Amino acid sequence: MSERVIEIRGLRKTYGDVEAVKGIDLHVDRGEVFALLGPNGAGKTSTAEILEGFRPKTAGDVSVLGHDPARREVALKQRIGIVLQSTGIDPFLTVRETVELYSGYFPHPRNVDEVIDLVGLAEKRAARVNKLSGGQQRRLDVAIALAGDPELLFLDEPTTGFDPNARRNAWQIVKNLVGLGKTVFLTTHFMDEAQYLANRVAVISHGEIVAEGPPDTLAGRDTMRARIRFRVAGDGATPPDLGQVRLDDGSFEIRAEDPTERVHELTGWALNSGIELEVLEVSRPSLEDVYLDITGGEEGSE
Amino acid sequence: MSTAGLTLRQVRFTNKAFWRNPASAFFTFAFPLMFLVIFTALLGGGNLPIQGVQLAQSTYYVGAMATFGVISACFTNIAMSVCFNRDGGILKRTRGTPLPGWSYLTGRVIHAMIVGAILVVLTLTFGRVFYQGTFPTGLPLLELIVTFLVGSLSFAALGLAVTAVVPNADAAPPIVNAIVLPLLFVSGIFIPIGDNAPQWIKTVGAIFPVKHFADAMRAGYLGNVVAHTPLGDIHPFAFDWTDILVIVAWGVVGLILAARYFSWEPRK
Repeated sequence: MSERVIEIRGLRKTYGDVEAVKGIDLHVDRGEVFALLGPNGAGKTSTAEILEGFRPKTAGDVSVLGHDPARREVALKQRIGIVLQSTGIDPFLTVRETVELYSGYFPHPRNVDEVIDLVGLAEKRAARVNKLSGGQQRRLDVAIALAGDPELLFLDEPTTGFDPNARRNAWQIVKNLVGLGKTVFLTTHFMDEAQYLANRVAVISHGEIVAEGPPDTLAGRDTMRARIRFRVAGDGATPPDLGQVRLDDGSFEIRAEDPTERVHELTGWALNSGIELEVLEVSRPSLEDVYLDITGGEEGSE
Repeated sequence: MSTAGLTLRQVRFTNKAFWRNPASAFFTFAFPLMFLVIFTALLGGGNLPIQGVQLAQSTYYVGAMATFGVISACFTNIAMSVCFNRDGGILKRTRGTPLPGWSYLTGRVIHAMIVGAILVVLTLTFGRVFYQGTFPTGLPLLELIVTFLVGSLSFAALGLAVTAVVPNADAAPPIVNAIVLPLLFVSGIFIPIGDNAPQWIKTVGAIFPVKHFADAMRAGYLGNVVAHTPLGDIHPFAFDWTDILVIVAWGVVGLILAARYFSWEPRK
Protein backbone atom coordinates (compact mmCIF):
# COMPACT_ATOMS: atom_id res chain seq x y z
CA MET A 1 0.00 0.00 0.00
CA SER A 2 1.25 3.45 -0.81
CA GLU A 3 2.17 5.81 1.98
CA ARG A 4 -0.61 7.98 3.36
CA VAL A 5 0.48 11.61 3.54
CA ILE A 6 -2.90 13.00 4.57
CA GLU A 7 -5.62 11.03 6.30
CA ILE A 8 -8.95 12.56 7.32
CA ARG A 9 -11.75 10.68 9.04
CA GLY A 10 -15.10 12.15 10.01
CA LEU A 11 -13.82 15.73 9.87
CA ARG A 12 -16.35 18.29 10.98
CA LYS A 13 -16.02 22.05 11.28
CA THR A 14 -18.68 24.39 12.57
CA TYR A 15 -18.63 28.17 12.84
CA GLY A 16 -21.33 29.00 15.34
CA ASP A 17 -24.47 27.40 13.97
CA VAL A 18 -23.04 26.94 10.50
CA GLU A 19 -21.65 23.52 9.69
CA ALA A 20 -19.01 24.19 7.02
CA VAL A 21 -17.58 20.67 6.88
CA LYS A 22 -19.97 17.83 7.65
CA GLY A 23 -17.95 14.74 8.46
CA ILE A 24 -15.70 14.06 5.49
CA ASP A 25 -13.25 11.21 4.89
CA LEU A 26 -10.27 11.77 2.61
CA HIS A 27 -6.79 10.52 2.09
CA VAL A 28 -3.86 11.61 -0.05
CA ASP A 29 -0.97 9.28 -0.91
CA ARG A 30 2.64 10.25 -1.44
CA GLY A 31 3.35 11.64 -4.89
CA GLU A 32 -0.29 12.33 -5.68
CA VAL A 33 -1.79 15.58 -6.86
CA PHE A 34 -5.09 15.61 -5.07
CA ALA A 35 -7.71 18.22 -5.90
CA LEU A 36 -10.55 19.20 -3.62
CA LEU A 37 -13.02 20.63 -6.09
CA GLY A 38 -16.09 22.59 -5.19
CA PRO A 39 -17.93 25.88 -5.48
CA ASN A 40 -17.12 28.79 -3.20
CA GLY A 41 -18.37 28.24 0.31
CA ALA A 42 -18.44 24.43 -0.06
CA GLY A 43 -15.86 23.89 2.71
CA LYS A 44 -12.65 23.65 0.65
CA THR A 45 -10.69 26.34 2.43
CA SER A 46 -11.94 25.30 5.87
CA THR A 47 -10.64 21.80 5.16
CA ALA A 48 -7.33 23.09 3.78
CA GLU A 49 -6.78 25.45 6.71
CA ILE A 50 -7.43 22.67 9.21
CA LEU A 51 -4.80 20.55 7.42
CA GLU A 52 -2.39 23.52 7.41
CA GLY A 53 -2.85 24.08 11.14
CA PHE A 54 -4.53 27.49 10.88
CA ARG A 55 -7.93 26.36 12.17
CA PRO A 56 -8.94 23.88 14.85
CA LYS A 57 -11.30 21.13 13.76
CA THR A 58 -14.61 20.65 15.52
CA ALA A 59 -14.50 16.85 15.38
CA GLY A 60 -12.86 13.95 13.60
CA ASP A 61 -9.33 12.65 13.05
CA VAL A 62 -6.77 14.50 10.95
CA SER A 63 -3.25 13.34 10.27
CA VAL A 64 -0.74 15.18 8.08
CA LEU A 65 2.60 13.41 7.63
CA GLY A 66 1.80 11.57 10.85
CA HIS A 67 1.17 14.76 12.85
CA ASP A 68 -1.95 16.40 14.17
CA PRO A 69 -1.72 19.78 12.43
CA ALA A 70 -3.67 21.52 15.23
CA ARG A 71 -0.61 21.08 17.46
CA ARG A 72 1.32 23.38 15.12
CA GLU A 73 4.53 21.43 15.63
CA VAL A 74 7.70 22.79 14.08
CA ALA A 75 8.58 19.26 12.97
CA LEU A 76 5.48 19.27 10.73
CA LYS A 77 5.84 22.85 9.50
CA GLN A 78 9.37 22.05 8.36
CA ARG A 79 7.96 19.47 5.93
CA ILE A 80 5.06 21.38 4.38
CA GLY A 81 4.73 24.38 2.08
CA ILE A 82 1.60 26.49 1.99
CA VAL A 83 0.24 28.73 -0.74
CA LEU A 84 -2.64 30.57 0.84
CA GLN A 85 -5.62 31.91 -1.03
CA SER A 86 -4.42 35.49 -0.69
CA THR A 87 -0.81 36.51 -1.09
CA GLY A 88 1.01 38.18 1.76
CA ILE A 89 4.51 39.29 0.95
CA ASP A 90 6.48 42.25 2.23
CA PRO A 91 6.22 44.78 -0.61
CA PHE A 92 9.62 46.32 0.04
CA LEU A 93 11.83 43.24 -0.26
CA THR A 94 13.08 41.94 -3.60
CA VAL A 95 12.11 38.58 -5.06
CA ARG A 96 15.44 37.08 -4.10
CA GLU A 97 15.43 38.53 -0.58
CA THR A 98 11.91 37.22 -0.03
CA VAL A 99 12.78 33.66 -1.02
CA GLU A 100 16.01 33.89 0.98
CA LEU A 101 14.09 35.10 4.04
CA TYR A 102 11.67 32.18 3.99
CA SER A 103 14.20 29.52 3.03
CA GLY A 104 16.12 30.47 6.19
CA TYR A 105 13.26 29.16 8.32
CA PHE A 106 13.77 25.59 7.12
CA PRO A 107 16.44 23.05 8.03
CA HIS A 108 17.10 21.83 4.47
CA PRO A 109 16.06 24.59 2.09
CA ARG A 110 16.30 24.40 -1.68
CA ASN A 111 18.78 26.62 -3.43
CA VAL A 112 17.25 30.10 -3.56
CA ASP A 113 18.05 30.81 -7.20
CA GLU A 114 16.88 27.37 -8.25
CA VAL A 115 13.50 28.02 -6.63
CA ILE A 116 13.22 31.37 -8.40
CA ASP A 117 14.03 29.71 -11.73
CA LEU A 118 11.50 26.97 -11.07
CA VAL A 119 8.61 29.47 -10.86
CA GLY A 120 9.91 31.49 -13.80
CA LEU A 121 10.88 34.65 -11.96
CA ALA A 122 14.57 34.63 -12.85
CA GLU A 123 14.31 37.94 -14.67
CA LYS A 124 12.58 39.53 -11.68
CA ARG A 125 15.13 38.32 -9.15
CA ALA A 126 16.18 41.85 -8.14
CA ALA A 127 12.74 43.45 -8.49
CA ARG A 128 10.87 44.57 -5.42
CA VAL A 129 7.64 42.75 -4.66
CA ASN A 130 5.54 45.90 -5.11
CA LYS A 131 6.78 46.13 -8.72
CA LEU A 132 5.48 42.65 -9.61
CA SER A 133 2.20 41.94 -11.40
CA GLY A 134 -0.48 39.94 -9.62
CA GLY A 135 0.48 36.78 -11.50
CA GLN A 136 4.15 37.27 -10.67
CA GLN A 137 3.33 37.75 -6.98
CA ARG A 138 1.37 34.51 -7.10
CA ARG A 139 4.41 32.76 -8.57
CA LEU A 140 6.50 34.23 -5.78
CA ASP A 141 3.91 32.76 -3.38
CA VAL A 142 4.66 29.35 -4.83
CA ALA A 143 8.40 30.05 -4.64
CA ILE A 144 8.07 30.88 -0.93
CA ALA A 145 6.14 27.67 -0.34
CA LEU A 146 8.88 25.72 -2.15
CA ALA A 147 11.76 27.49 -0.40
CA GLY A 148 11.97 24.94 2.39
CA ASP A 149 11.88 22.00 -0.05
CA PRO A 150 8.66 20.60 1.47
CA GLU A 151 7.38 17.06 0.88
CA LEU A 152 3.80 18.22 0.87
CA LEU A 153 2.47 21.35 -0.75
CA PHE A 154 -0.90 22.99 -0.12
CA LEU A 155 -2.24 25.13 -2.94
CA ASP A 156 -5.42 26.94 -1.99
CA GLU A 157 -7.11 28.18 -5.17
CA PRO A 158 -3.76 29.00 -6.74
CA THR A 159 -5.07 30.45 -10.00
CA THR A 160 -8.17 32.36 -8.94
CA GLY A 161 -8.09 35.72 -10.70
CA PHE A 162 -5.57 34.62 -13.34
CA ASP A 163 -5.94 35.22 -17.04
CA PRO A 164 -5.83 32.03 -19.17
CA ASN A 165 -2.17 32.53 -20.04
CA ALA A 166 -1.09 33.00 -16.43
CA ARG A 167 -3.15 29.97 -15.50
CA ARG A 168 -1.32 27.82 -18.06
CA ASN A 169 2.00 29.01 -16.62
CA ALA A 170 0.90 28.22 -13.09
CA TRP A 171 -0.22 24.76 -14.15
CA GLN A 172 3.15 24.14 -15.70
CA ILE A 173 4.78 25.07 -12.40
CA VAL A 174 2.58 22.56 -10.55
CA LYS A 175 3.44 19.90 -13.15
CA ASN A 176 7.11 20.65 -12.47
CA LEU A 177 6.51 20.05 -8.76
CA VAL A 178 5.13 16.62 -9.45
CA GLY A 179 8.33 15.92 -11.35
CA LEU A 180 10.16 16.75 -8.13
CA GLY A 181 8.19 14.06 -6.31
CA LYS A 182 6.09 16.44 -4.24
CA THR A 183 2.68 15.56 -2.94
CA VAL A 184 0.18 18.30 -3.70
CA PHE A 185 -3.11 19.10 -2.00
CA LEU A 186 -4.97 21.49 -4.26
CA THR A 187 -8.26 23.25 -3.75
CA THR A 188 -9.97 24.78 -6.74
CA HIS A 189 -13.34 25.66 -8.16
CA PHE A 190 -12.11 25.23 -11.74
CA MET A 191 -13.00 21.90 -13.30
CA ASP A 192 -10.35 22.22 -16.00
CA GLU A 193 -7.70 22.88 -13.37
CA ALA A 194 -8.61 19.74 -11.43
CA GLN A 195 -8.76 17.74 -14.66
CA TYR A 196 -5.40 18.97 -15.91
CA LEU A 197 -3.45 18.73 -12.67
CA ALA A 198 -4.92 16.11 -10.40
CA ASN A 199 -4.54 12.33 -10.30
CA ARG A 200 -7.52 12.21 -8.03
CA VAL A 201 -10.39 14.59 -7.40
CA ALA A 202 -12.90 14.82 -4.59
CA VAL A 203 -15.90 17.03 -5.18
CA ILE A 204 -17.13 18.83 -2.08
CA SER A 205 -20.53 20.44 -1.92
CA HIS A 206 -22.21 21.94 1.15
CA GLY A 207 -19.50 20.45 3.34
CA GLU A 208 -19.85 16.90 2.06
CA ILE A 209 -17.84 14.82 -0.39
CA VAL A 210 -20.27 13.99 -3.20
CA ALA A 211 -17.87 12.23 -5.59
CA GLU A 212 -14.31 11.02 -5.56
CA GLY A 213 -11.99 9.43 -8.07
CA PRO A 214 -9.60 10.04 -10.97
CA PRO A 215 -10.87 12.93 -13.14
CA ASP A 216 -11.45 10.65 -16.15
CA THR A 217 -13.78 8.30 -14.32
CA LEU A 218 -15.24 10.64 -11.71
CA ALA A 219 -18.84 9.81 -10.88
CA GLY A 220 -19.05 7.23 -13.65
CA ARG A 221 -18.07 9.79 -16.26
CA ASP A 222 -16.37 7.11 -18.36
CA THR A 223 -19.47 4.95 -18.49
CA MET A 224 -21.95 7.74 -19.08
CA ARG A 225 -23.55 7.98 -22.47
CA ALA A 226 -21.47 9.66 -25.14
CA ARG A 227 -22.81 12.54 -27.15
CA ILE A 228 -22.67 12.49 -30.96
CA ARG A 229 -23.39 15.83 -32.57
CA PHE A 230 -23.60 16.37 -36.30
CA ARG A 231 -24.91 18.76 -38.91
CA VAL A 232 -26.04 17.88 -42.38
CA ALA A 233 -25.00 20.05 -45.34
CA GLY A 234 -27.81 21.71 -47.31
CA ASP A 235 -31.32 21.10 -46.12
CA GLY A 236 -34.02 18.58 -46.44
CA ALA A 237 -31.84 15.55 -45.97
CA THR A 238 -32.70 13.79 -42.77
CA PRO A 239 -30.84 10.74 -41.58
CA PRO A 240 -32.73 7.56 -40.76
CA ASP A 241 -33.84 7.16 -37.19
CA LEU A 242 -30.71 6.84 -35.09
CA GLY A 243 -32.40 8.30 -32.03
CA GLN A 244 -31.23 11.83 -32.84
CA VAL A 245 -32.75 14.99 -31.52
CA ARG A 246 -32.78 18.17 -33.55
CA LEU A 247 -31.17 21.04 -31.63
CA ASP A 248 -32.09 24.71 -31.85
CA ASP A 249 -29.17 25.52 -34.13
CA GLY A 250 -30.27 22.94 -36.69
CA SER A 251 -27.68 20.34 -35.75
CA PHE A 252 -28.54 16.91 -34.38
CA GLU A 253 -27.51 15.13 -31.22
CA ILE A 254 -27.51 11.45 -30.40
CA ARG A 255 -26.96 10.14 -26.86
CA ALA A 256 -25.48 6.69 -27.17
CA GLU A 257 -24.01 3.99 -24.96
CA ASP A 258 -22.43 2.45 -28.06
CA PRO A 259 -21.08 5.47 -29.97
CA THR A 260 -18.87 3.41 -32.28
CA GLU A 261 -21.82 1.60 -33.79
CA ARG A 262 -23.92 4.75 -34.11
CA VAL A 263 -21.16 6.69 -35.80
CA HIS A 264 -20.69 3.81 -38.20
CA GLU A 265 -24.35 3.84 -39.12
CA LEU A 266 -24.38 7.61 -39.45
CA THR A 267 -21.33 7.88 -41.70
CA GLY A 268 -22.51 4.88 -43.72
CA TRP A 269 -25.78 6.66 -44.42
CA ALA A 270 -23.97 9.88 -45.31
CA LEU A 271 -21.59 8.10 -47.72
CA ASN A 272 -24.35 6.11 -49.42
CA SER A 273 -26.54 9.19 -49.83
CA GLY A 274 -23.67 11.40 -50.96
CA ILE A 275 -24.38 13.78 -48.10
CA GLU A 276 -21.69 15.82 -46.46
CA LEU A 277 -21.63 15.91 -42.62
CA GLU A 278 -20.47 19.44 -41.87
CA VAL A 279 -19.93 18.80 -38.22
CA LEU A 280 -19.27 15.51 -36.48
CA GLU A 281 -18.34 15.43 -32.83
CA VAL A 282 -18.23 12.56 -30.38
CA SER A 283 -17.69 13.48 -26.75
CA ARG A 284 -17.94 12.05 -23.28
CA PRO A 285 -19.60 14.28 -20.67
CA SER A 286 -17.03 16.83 -19.54
CA LEU A 287 -15.92 17.00 -15.96
CA GLU A 288 -17.93 20.18 -15.87
CA ASP A 289 -21.11 18.33 -16.86
CA VAL A 290 -20.48 15.79 -14.12
CA TYR A 291 -19.64 18.48 -11.61
CA LEU A 292 -22.73 20.53 -12.36
CA ASP A 293 -24.76 17.35 -12.19
CA ILE A 294 -23.51 16.25 -8.78
CA THR A 295 -23.38 19.70 -7.18
CA GLY A 296 -26.86 20.41 -8.53
CA GLY A 297 -25.46 23.32 -10.56
CA GLU A 298 -25.35 25.43 -7.44
CA GLU A 299 -24.12 28.96 -7.78
CA GLY A 300 -21.00 29.79 -5.82
CA SER A 301 -21.61 31.88 -2.74
CA GLU A 302 -19.09 32.97 -0.15
CA MET B 1 19.73 27.86 12.81
CA SER B 2 19.18 28.64 16.48
CA THR B 3 16.11 30.67 17.39
CA ALA B 4 18.38 33.53 18.49
CA GLY B 5 20.01 33.42 15.06
CA LEU B 6 16.59 33.32 13.38
CA THR B 7 15.47 36.32 15.42
CA LEU B 8 18.55 38.36 14.46
CA ARG B 9 18.02 37.41 10.84
CA GLN B 10 14.46 38.69 11.21
CA VAL B 11 15.87 42.00 12.51
CA ARG B 12 18.03 42.28 9.40
CA PHE B 13 15.15 41.76 6.97
CA THR B 14 12.81 44.00 8.97
CA ASN B 15 15.48 46.68 8.77
CA LYS B 16 15.79 46.35 4.99
CA ALA B 17 12.06 46.69 4.46
CA PHE B 18 11.86 49.56 6.99
CA TRP B 19 14.28 51.85 5.18
CA ARG B 20 12.75 51.13 1.78
CA ASN B 21 9.29 52.10 2.98
CA PRO B 22 9.18 55.90 2.59
CA ALA B 23 6.30 56.23 5.05
CA SER B 24 7.92 54.31 7.90
CA ALA B 25 11.37 55.74 7.35
CA PHE B 26 10.13 59.33 7.12
CA PHE B 27 7.51 59.41 9.86
CA THR B 28 9.51 57.40 12.33
CA PHE B 29 12.94 58.73 11.65
CA ALA B 30 12.67 62.25 10.27
CA PHE B 31 9.79 63.49 12.44
CA PRO B 32 11.60 63.75 15.79
CA LEU B 33 14.54 65.65 14.29
CA MET B 34 12.27 67.85 12.20
CA PHE B 35 10.09 68.65 15.20
CA LEU B 36 13.17 69.39 17.30
CA VAL B 37 14.23 72.06 14.81
CA ILE B 38 10.71 73.48 14.34
CA PHE B 39 9.75 73.59 18.02
CA THR B 40 13.07 75.02 19.06
CA ALA B 41 12.86 77.68 16.34
CA LEU B 42 9.30 78.63 17.30
CA LEU B 43 9.25 78.14 21.05
CA GLY B 44 12.79 77.46 22.11
CA GLY B 45 14.03 81.00 22.70
CA GLY B 46 13.25 81.40 26.36
CA ASN B 47 13.52 79.57 29.64
CA LEU B 48 11.00 77.27 31.23
CA PRO B 49 10.49 77.21 34.99
CA ILE B 50 10.59 73.53 35.88
CA GLN B 51 11.35 71.78 39.16
CA GLY B 52 12.03 75.25 40.54
CA VAL B 53 14.83 76.03 38.12
CA GLN B 54 14.99 77.86 34.80
CA LEU B 55 15.68 75.41 31.97
CA ALA B 56 16.46 76.55 28.41
CA GLN B 57 13.53 75.46 26.26
CA SER B 58 15.88 74.17 23.56
CA THR B 59 17.41 71.84 26.14
CA TYR B 60 13.92 70.77 27.19
CA TYR B 61 13.09 69.90 23.61
CA VAL B 62 16.20 67.80 23.11
CA GLY B 63 15.05 65.47 25.89
CA ALA B 64 11.43 65.59 24.74
CA MET B 65 12.26 64.75 21.13
CA ALA B 66 14.53 61.88 22.17
CA THR B 67 11.51 60.54 24.09
CA PHE B 68 9.25 61.16 21.08
CA GLY B 69 11.70 59.25 18.85
CA VAL B 70 11.56 56.15 21.05
CA ILE B 71 7.73 56.27 21.22
CA SER B 72 7.51 56.72 17.44
CA ALA B 73 9.81 53.78 16.75
CA CYS B 74 8.53 51.40 19.41
CA PHE B 75 4.83 52.23 19.75
CA THR B 76 3.56 53.98 16.62
CA ASN B 77 5.79 52.17 14.15
CA ILE B 78 5.23 48.72 15.65
CA ALA B 79 1.47 49.16 15.97
CA MET B 80 1.11 50.36 12.39
CA SER B 81 3.55 48.02 10.67
CA VAL B 82 2.18 44.97 12.47
CA CYS B 83 -1.38 45.96 11.47
CA PHE B 84 -0.28 46.40 7.87
CA ASN B 85 1.53 43.07 7.86
CA ARG B 86 -1.41 41.37 9.53
CA ASP B 87 -3.89 42.69 6.96
CA GLY B 88 -1.47 41.98 4.13
CA GLY B 89 -1.40 38.32 5.17
CA ILE B 90 2.30 38.37 6.02
CA LEU B 91 1.69 37.37 9.64
CA LYS B 92 -0.49 34.44 8.61
CA ARG B 93 2.06 33.29 6.06
CA THR B 94 4.86 33.50 8.62
CA ARG B 95 2.68 31.53 11.03
CA GLY B 96 2.60 28.69 8.49
CA THR B 97 6.41 28.39 8.53
CA PRO B 98 8.62 26.80 11.19
CA LEU B 99 9.65 30.27 12.43
CA PRO B 100 8.28 30.66 15.98
CA GLY B 101 5.75 33.50 16.17
CA TRP B 102 7.54 35.10 19.08
CA SER B 103 10.75 35.10 17.07
CA TYR B 104 9.07 37.12 14.33
CA LEU B 105 7.66 39.64 16.82
CA THR B 106 10.88 39.83 18.86
CA GLY B 107 12.72 40.60 15.62
CA ARG B 108 10.40 43.54 15.02
CA VAL B 109 10.75 44.79 18.60
CA ILE B 110 14.55 44.58 18.54
CA HIS B 111 14.59 46.43 15.25
CA ALA B 112 12.34 49.16 16.67
CA MET B 113 14.61 49.45 19.73
CA ILE B 114 17.65 49.88 17.49
CA VAL B 115 15.88 52.61 15.52
CA GLY B 116 14.83 54.22 18.82
CA ALA B 117 18.39 54.09 20.18
CA ILE B 118 19.76 55.66 17.00
CA LEU B 119 17.15 58.43 17.32
CA VAL B 120 18.14 59.13 20.93
CA VAL B 121 21.82 59.36 20.03
CA LEU B 122 21.07 61.55 16.99
CA THR B 123 18.79 63.87 18.94
CA LEU B 124 21.30 64.30 21.76
CA THR B 125 24.09 64.88 19.24
CA PHE B 126 21.93 67.43 17.47
CA GLY B 127 21.30 69.15 20.80
CA ARG B 128 25.00 69.11 21.63
CA VAL B 129 25.99 70.63 18.29
CA PHE B 130 23.23 73.22 17.85
CA TYR B 131 21.55 73.84 21.21
CA GLN B 132 24.35 73.89 23.80
CA GLY B 133 23.24 70.51 25.12
CA THR B 134 25.53 68.04 26.86
CA PHE B 135 25.88 64.29 26.80
CA PRO B 136 25.03 62.60 30.06
CA THR B 137 27.85 60.79 31.82
CA GLY B 138 28.23 58.52 34.84
CA LEU B 139 25.14 57.53 36.78
CA PRO B 140 22.68 59.66 34.74
CA LEU B 141 23.90 57.93 31.57
CA LEU B 142 23.20 54.58 33.20
CA GLU B 143 19.77 55.85 34.23
CA LEU B 144 19.14 57.01 30.66
CA ILE B 145 20.03 53.56 29.33
CA VAL B 146 17.79 51.81 31.86
CA THR B 147 14.94 54.19 31.04
CA PHE B 148 15.43 53.59 27.34
CA LEU B 149 15.38 49.80 27.71
CA VAL B 150 12.35 49.73 30.01
CA GLY B 151 10.50 52.38 27.99
CA SER B 152 11.16 50.93 24.54
CA LEU B 153 10.12 47.43 25.64
CA SER B 154 6.99 48.69 27.38
CA PHE B 155 5.89 50.87 24.46
CA ALA B 156 6.55 47.98 22.07
CA ALA B 157 4.30 45.74 24.20
CA LEU B 158 1.62 48.45 24.18
CA GLY B 159 2.05 48.84 20.41
CA LEU B 160 1.40 45.11 19.94
CA ALA B 161 -1.59 45.31 22.29
CA VAL B 162 -3.10 48.19 20.32
CA THR B 163 -3.18 46.11 17.13
CA ALA B 164 -5.99 44.12 18.77
CA VAL B 165 -8.36 47.12 18.60
CA VAL B 166 -7.43 48.07 15.04
CA PRO B 167 -9.98 46.41 12.72
CA ASN B 168 -8.01 46.83 9.49
CA ALA B 169 -4.88 48.43 8.07
CA ASP B 170 -6.69 51.55 6.86
CA ALA B 171 -7.82 52.23 10.40
CA ALA B 172 -4.33 51.83 11.86
CA PRO B 173 -2.94 55.37 11.35
CA PRO B 174 -6.03 57.22 12.68
CA ILE B 175 -6.49 54.91 15.67
CA VAL B 176 -2.83 54.84 16.66
CA ASN B 177 -2.51 58.60 16.27
CA ALA B 178 -5.72 59.19 18.20
CA ILE B 179 -4.14 57.32 21.08
CA VAL B 180 -0.64 58.71 20.96
CA LEU B 181 -1.08 62.37 19.95
CA PRO B 182 -3.21 63.53 22.91
CA LEU B 183 -0.83 61.72 25.25
CA LEU B 184 2.17 63.42 23.68
CA PHE B 185 0.46 66.79 24.27
CA VAL B 186 -0.63 66.23 27.88
CA SER B 187 2.79 64.77 28.67
CA GLY B 188 4.69 67.85 27.59
CA ILE B 189 6.40 66.35 24.56
CA PHE B 190 5.32 68.97 22.02
CA ILE B 191 4.46 71.89 24.27
CA PRO B 192 6.56 72.14 27.43
CA ILE B 193 4.75 71.51 30.67
CA GLY B 194 6.51 73.44 33.34
CA ASP B 195 5.56 74.38 36.87
CA ASN B 196 2.86 76.77 35.65
CA ALA B 197 0.89 74.31 33.55
CA PRO B 198 -2.76 73.63 34.50
CA GLN B 199 -3.05 71.02 37.21
CA TRP B 200 -5.61 68.87 35.37
CA ILE B 201 -3.23 68.45 32.45
CA LYS B 202 -0.53 67.27 34.84
CA THR B 203 -2.97 64.93 36.56
CA VAL B 204 -4.12 63.35 33.31
CA GLY B 205 -0.56 63.08 32.07
CA ALA B 206 0.53 61.36 35.29
CA ILE B 207 -1.85 58.45 34.69
CA PHE B 208 -0.25 57.41 31.42
CA PRO B 209 3.27 56.15 30.71
CA VAL B 210 4.33 58.88 28.25
CA LYS B 211 4.90 61.56 30.90
CA HIS B 212 6.79 59.18 33.18
CA PHE B 213 8.94 58.06 30.29
CA ALA B 214 9.63 61.69 29.33
CA ASP B 215 10.50 62.60 32.95
CA ALA B 216 12.83 59.63 33.35
CA MET B 217 14.50 60.34 30.01
CA ARG B 218 14.97 63.97 31.05
CA ALA B 219 16.40 62.81 34.38
CA GLY B 220 18.92 60.70 32.52
CA TYR B 221 19.71 63.46 30.06
CA LEU B 222 19.96 66.29 32.60
CA GLY B 223 20.87 64.35 35.72
CA ASN B 224 24.18 66.17 35.96
CA VAL B 225 22.48 69.60 36.14
CA VAL B 226 23.03 71.19 39.55
CA ALA B 227 20.96 74.12 40.81
CA HIS B 228 22.50 76.41 43.41
CA THR B 229 19.84 77.46 45.92
CA PRO B 230 19.99 79.24 49.27
CA LEU B 231 19.30 75.85 50.83
CA GLY B 232 22.32 74.34 49.10
CA ASP B 233 22.96 72.57 45.79
CA ILE B 234 20.19 70.32 44.46
CA HIS B 235 19.72 68.04 41.45
CA PRO B 236 16.39 69.27 40.05
CA PHE B 237 16.12 66.47 37.50
CA ALA B 238 16.83 63.61 39.82
CA PHE B 239 15.93 60.14 38.57
CA ASP B 240 12.78 58.76 40.19
CA TRP B 241 12.20 55.00 40.24
CA THR B 242 8.47 55.67 40.50
CA ASP B 243 8.55 56.70 36.85
CA ILE B 244 10.16 53.40 35.91
CA LEU B 245 7.60 51.45 37.94
CA VAL B 246 4.70 53.19 36.19
CA ILE B 247 6.25 52.47 32.77
CA VAL B 248 6.83 48.82 33.67
CA ALA B 249 3.27 48.49 34.96
CA TRP B 250 1.90 49.78 31.65
CA GLY B 251 4.31 47.53 29.77
CA VAL B 252 3.10 44.47 31.68
CA VAL B 253 -0.52 45.41 30.98
CA GLY B 254 0.40 45.77 27.28
CA LEU B 255 2.11 42.40 27.26
CA ILE B 256 -0.84 40.64 28.91
CA LEU B 257 -3.33 42.23 26.50
CA ALA B 258 -1.11 41.43 23.51
CA ALA B 259 -0.68 37.81 24.62
CA ARG B 260 -4.44 37.50 25.08
CA TYR B 261 -5.81 39.38 22.07
CA PHE B 262 -3.06 39.46 19.42
CA SER B 263 -4.23 38.09 16.09
CA TRP B 264 -2.07 36.60 13.34
CA GLU B 265 -4.83 36.85 10.79
CA PRO B 266 -6.76 39.83 9.42
CA ARG B 267 -9.75 40.68 11.59
CA LYS B 268 -13.00 39.81 9.91
